[in-house]
Amino acid sequence: MQLADFLRHELQALGTHVGCEHGICGACTVLLDGVPARSCLTYAVQADGCSVETVEGLSEDGELNGLQQSFLRHGALQCGFCTAGILMSTTAFLRENQAPAEEQVKHMLSGHICRCTGYQSIVEAILDYVRHR
Amino acid sequence: MKPVAFAYLRAQSVEEACHALGREGDAARILAGGQSLSAMLNMRIVTPSLLIDINGIGALDFIEENEGGIVTGATVRQAAALRNLSIVKKVPLLAAALPHVGHYQTRGRGTLAGSVAHADPSAEIPLVLTVLGGGVELASRRRRRQVPAREFFISALTTRRAPDEMIVSLRWPPASANDFYGFKEIALRAGDYALVAAACHASQAAAGALGQFTIGFGGCGDHPQIVAHPFSSCTLSAAGVKDLAAETARVVECRSDLHASAAYRRHLAGFLCEELMREALAFFKKGRDCGSVGA
Repeated sequence: MQLADFLRHELQALGTHVGCEHGICGACTVLLDGVPARSCLTYAVQADGCSVETVEGLSEDGELNGLQQSFLRHGALQCGFCTAGILMSTTAFLRENQAPAEEQVKHMLSGHICRCTGYQSIVEAILDYVRHR
Repeated sequence: MKPVAFAYLRAQSVEEACHALGREGDAARILAGGQSLSAMLNMRIVTPSLLIDINGIGALDFIEENEGGIVTGATVRQAAALRNLSIVKKVPLLAAALPHVGHYQTRGRGTLAGSVAHADPSAEIPLVLTVLGGGVELASRRRRRQVPAREFFISALTTRRAPDEMIVSLRWPPASANDFYGFKEIALRAGDYALVAAACHASQAAAGALGQFTIGFGGCGDHPQIVAHPFSSCTLSAAGVKDLAAETARVVECRSDLHASAAYRRHLAGFLCEELMREALAFFKKGRDCGSVGA
């Protein structure tokens, strides 16, 4: 069973979405031991003994975290299908990069496909969050 | 889609993995990063009855230096290689190519050896290994053996690895000080499969003159193709570069597919070759002007 299906159907953690099921679209991205992983390309059994972070874990006490709030302010999501994967990638990326340049953010985002926003609002949301965190 | 049902073995050692491979042969597949294999399983392009997960084999997770160069174990992640100081210093061509491999989101799981085993025609890691003249170490129940990279890749997704063999390590020859290493790629989007990728290694003869220029192309044909030019010691002119690049592109086998025609690939090969030649010449000229050059 894919980790994506395990999260969604066994754990009822529906925040992680399944798009292409071959690792390209990025909608299924979660963090496995802190490292971005395509949950459609990972088997649930492989997560045994690992930490798995999903979008559900970003909000503390039911409040959206600073990154999520920046996404809201900047219109960095419309249908929201790609959003969870992008939030998880960005979370890992910003743990390693304190003050990324716009080009670095765009390079990181190239591993995600968004049908709605045109990406610019996502880039701005991330950069704005970095400036104020 | 979902894969056809399979049995799963988390191997604790190379011996255990080889034993299972030897028993099942074609029906088993080694699972490392899964960035290539799991996609094929999901699409049912391959339908193994057994997956042998090698991620838990600690003995395969190493990056070591010896007189032959840098040796990377089979489970070394692309992201780890990108961060590794030995690789950045001693295998700069690989360090230059890795940002083009997949995406940030795949490099934390994808492995160097997995890309080599998968042997996609446009893959960057097989191309670099081939240009550098590196090697692949294979293990099976029967034996261990080294295969030179230049003999390893046969055609699309096809290598010299027998069904009962697994890659245990890759050998990367170290950079020669004062030599030039360059990597360029053209893809429809950054991070997409390369339409054409070019990796080159150039050395000086006398000061300021090109001694040898070896360039490899990925994505043109069905496996990495090397073209080597030994130069006589004269400085190549700008016009000479253009002609030599066009001549190089002419001998490269190019294929057409839904992303690019053979003619366009040939054009890209010539273009990238010309750019890399210019960069090599500028690199050596700068060295001559400054009196010191580094790889």
